[in-house]
Amino acid sequence: MPTDLLPLVEQAGRNQWLAIAPELMLGLIALLLLVLELVLPKAQRGLIPGIAIVSQIAVLVALIINLSTPYIGAGPTFNGLLQHTGGGQFLRIFFLLASILTCVLGTVSLPRQRMPHIEFYHILLVVTAAMMLLAQANHFVMLFVALETVTVGLYILVSYYRDNPLTLEAGLKYLIMGALSSGILLFGITLLYGAVGAVPDADGRLHTGFEYQTLARFLATHPGNFLASAGIVLVLAGVAFKIGAFPFQIWVADVYQGAPTPVTAFLAVASKAAGFAVLLPLALEVFPSYASLVIPILSAMAAATILFGNIAALTQFNVKRLIGLSGVAHAGYLLLGVIAGFSQPQAVGAVYFYLFAYLLASFAVFGVMTQLGGSDDATQDMDHYGDLARERPFLAAVLAIGLGSLAGIPPLAGFMGKLVIFTAAFKAGHYGLLLVAITGVVLSIYYYFGWIKAACFPTNPDPATPVANTRGPVHRGLGLALGLLAIASVLLGFYQGALGRWLLGL
Amino acid sequence: MSELLVNPLFLASAVPFAVAVAILCGLPKRWSVRLAYLGFGVPAMLALWCWANFPAEAGAGYAFTVRGSTGLEGFGISLALGLNGISLPLFVMAGLVGLAAGLYAIRSTAERLKLYLMLLLFMQAGLMGVFASMDVFFLYFFHELALIPTFLMVGIWGGRDRNYAAMKMTVYLTAGAMLSLLGLIAIYVKSGSNTFDLPTLRAALAAQPLAATTQKYAFALLLAGLGILVSLWPLHTWAPLGYGAAPSSAAMLHAGVLKKFGLYTLIQVAIPLLPEAARAHGQVIAWLALGNVLVVGLVTVAQRDLKQLVGYSSVMHMGYAFLGLACFTAAGTGGVVMLMVAHGYSAALLFLLTTSIHQRTQTLDLAEMGGLAQRTPVLAAFFVAATLAGIGLPGFANFWGELGIFVALWKFSPWFCAAAVAGVVISAIYGLRAVARVFFGPTTPALNNAMAANPPADLGWGERLPALILLVMLLLIGFWPKSISDTLNAALTAAPARVAATR
Repeated sequence: MPTDLLPLVEQAGRNQWLAIAPELMLGLIALLLLVLELVLPKAQRGLIPGIAIVSQIAVLVALIINLSTPYIGAGPTFNGLLQHTGGGQFLRIFFLLASILTCVLGTVSLPRQRMPHIEFYHILLVVTAAMMLLAQANHFVMLFVALETVTVGLYILVSYYRDNPLTLEAGLKYLIMGALSSGILLFGITLLYGAVGAVPDADGRLHTGFEYQTLARFLATHPGNFLASAGIVLVLAGVAFKIGAFPFQIWVADVYQGAPTPVTAFLAVASKAAGFAVLLPLALEVFPSYASLVIPILSAMAAATILFGNIAALTQFNVKRLIGLSGVAHAGYLLLGVIAGFSQPQAVGAVYFYLFAYLLASFAVFGVMTQLGGSDDATQDMDHYGDLARERPFLAAVLAIGLGSLAGIPPLAGFMGKLVIFTAAFKAGHYGLLLVAITGVVLSIYYYFGWIKAACFPTNPDPATPVANTRGPVHRGLGLALGLLAIASVLLGFYQGALGRWLLGL
Repeated sequence: MSELLVNPLFLASAVPFAVAVAILCGLPKRWSVRLAYLGFGVPAMLALWCWANFPAEAGAGYAFTVRGSTGLEGFGISLALGLNGISLPLFVMAGLVGLAAGLYAIRSTAERLKLYLMLLLFMQAGLMGVFASMDVFFLYFFHELALIPTFLMVGIWGGRDRNYAAMKMTVYLTAGAMLSLLGLIAIYVKSGSNTFDLPTLRAALAAQPLAATTQKYAFALLLAGLGILVSLWPLHTWAPLGYGAAPSSAAMLHAGVLKKFGLYTLIQVAIPLLPEAARAHGQVIAWLALGNVLVVGLVTVAQRDLKQLVGYSSVMHMGYAFLGLACFTAAGTGGVVMLMVAHGYSAALLFLLTTSIHQRTQTLDLAEMGGLAQRTPVLAAFFVAATLAGIGLPGFANFWGELGIFVALWKFSPWFCAAAVAGVVISAIYGLRAVARVFFGPTTPALNNAMAANPPADLGWGERLPALILLVMLLLIGFWPKSISDTLNAALTAAPARVAATR
């Protein structure tokens, strides 16, 4: 392919940097944190996490104020690398919110370890910026580079508490599995690229299979292409690793258990959502002409994921493994929404709504886990939660709301998420999958409710015994965040309002 | 929004909810109790007001209607409240049983009273919403809002086997709720009207009924799901266990009011919207219901634990309701609604009195009790009245319900009618036997010793007032059934006419 530099230079001159201002700001903040650690006197370094949180909130507010930028729907920017959509805007907010909450958990968890703190926030911010770009990717090279930035950052974060053997094990497992999945994904991309070749457009410019639109056009005009089919299957497999869908979920339980609790939360929420940020545009905009191939694969995956996640979680007593496996089941429900999206455009909004409800509930639960975890936060069993309701009623209430929302109990946000996904799936006519999903929900009641039971129901039949109160006071910032999350979970169950209208209209 | 705030139906649900939230936010105990009177009293007053002011010209239509938006119009969901002739008596029943359960709870000695009252208030908010909803989604939503506190109350204040009972109840009822949700979604999607609004759905499906197979599957889902929720045989096993463990006020509200959700949904949603499938399932419903009446009836006779006995008898009486539904006539359905209302009052009364007995004897084992009538004559009188009401003696509300059902059943099949009447004999056996064992006959030595150490007082006003509310309603409807049957008739005779027109 002849490389003509001049058009590229001209293209570069037309880059709209303002379109990715939030990501740039996050990158700058990340650098600033490192500089601050060098510059500030030791006594004032404790402020740095606070600076990280406050500056991210500022970016979040700016993002929400500028929700409808002129770039949405105005075609690709950065020479076709990025495309800005309403859904992308939602995911940016979503990742930023997850990052802020993870930072809050970090301020509680990190001081318990003899580890450097600031790098944690630095890496987290970089990973978040990469995820936000990932949500807007319109080009496989962009996708892969962003995804690798995320994954490499997460390798470090997963094994951050490096003197804990379980954490090291988790880091190693995540590294191997992550590298394998990246390899599979890359192989799939290569096959698709090879199948398409170079396609000239009306102006004589050459387009390749890396570009989503070019690939979509190729797939639409070449049904049943073997190379492309193989590529699609491999890409789906690579993405399935990221979202922890069956049969690529084997890493989930061990990694979730070993990783520091804030990182587990970030993996469970943001990393899973990143997988769906990749999958949604690929499945619904690039691959729809191969729906007869994609839908059966995703359907089988969704059914197996829901059943595996719920059944495996039934037997768990370690709460981090339990929440990891239940997260697998949630990936299955979300896949159901993606499948419904092929015929029901509403389903995409339903997936976003579900993700948002899942974020609120998961961080509520992880927040309580972080607060109650000791210095070794890989071993936290259900027995740790005995009599929590008597000692710390606030934490027990937040936990119950979070778990109830995850279980999909009305009137909490999680129920509305399940309702909109199930309704969309019903409209799309996936009755068999719906029955599987309903079975999964009933199974999940057992372990979610078992956890609530462990925390809320009295273990000591004698009420006269004074409360032992072995648990320390709730961290103030974390308490505020947990209270807000719980209130949001409840409110969103009763009244979806403008948020519901926006998301379900996307 | 301002329209909502002056609507009696919205306020009946919003006031207890607001009080519960206030308690949740850390109201001091003294104020929590005071506000709880408000939280239980206001819905009851509003319900009575609605009863008194229900417009006679409403016919089959809805009164006191109000609509609001929650932001999910895209999925056909919007808040719509209103009462018709069928929901009115149930709404009143929910208000008054809630008041009785609330008063009983406020004066009870439960530990962590604030939390207890808070959960009961959330439950009351849901219950008032269930019977006031015109939107099928919110019907379900309010039911679940009321259901969740039940699980927690069984788990925290429950008696024997509370952990197992709470878990079993949760899993069964969630399965039931999920199946019925799927059925409701099926109706919503397949109707093509893109709304959960019940009047709109009725109009749309009357004009264009669903295909036979769609109806069949949707109705089967609803029957299975709602059957679990109403404890239809053989899916009833959670009920006696759960009620046996539940604290009194929770059992009163669940067995008395919340369980009627399943029957109510069948009457208001499933049968009018899926008439053909419902009729095709008539035999199935009737046979299963016979299982409730006869099999569970005989199991009830064999009970030795008073609370289990009351729990089983409540399951048994649901069999009559299903038998009445299986007739698909206005008289049968009318009888079912009458029985639902009557059973709401009488089951709540029995659970209340059972707890009062337990507090005095410290045992629920029938073999260990006896002779309580001499020491607590008022309690004995209440219990005898409640038992006779449960059996269906004339003069009590239950009589009219059972009479209507038996008359309709005779036309459906004389054999079923005969079996159902045999059920009355069964309930007389266990009911009168329980009265005899608890209140008459000799006192056992163990009980004598226990009562000598701690002499039982007769029913105090904290217990007498709630019991009186329930008993007065049973007698009022028993002697003056027209008070609810007029509006009921107007709603029901209009509904089957439409069903007939669609056939």
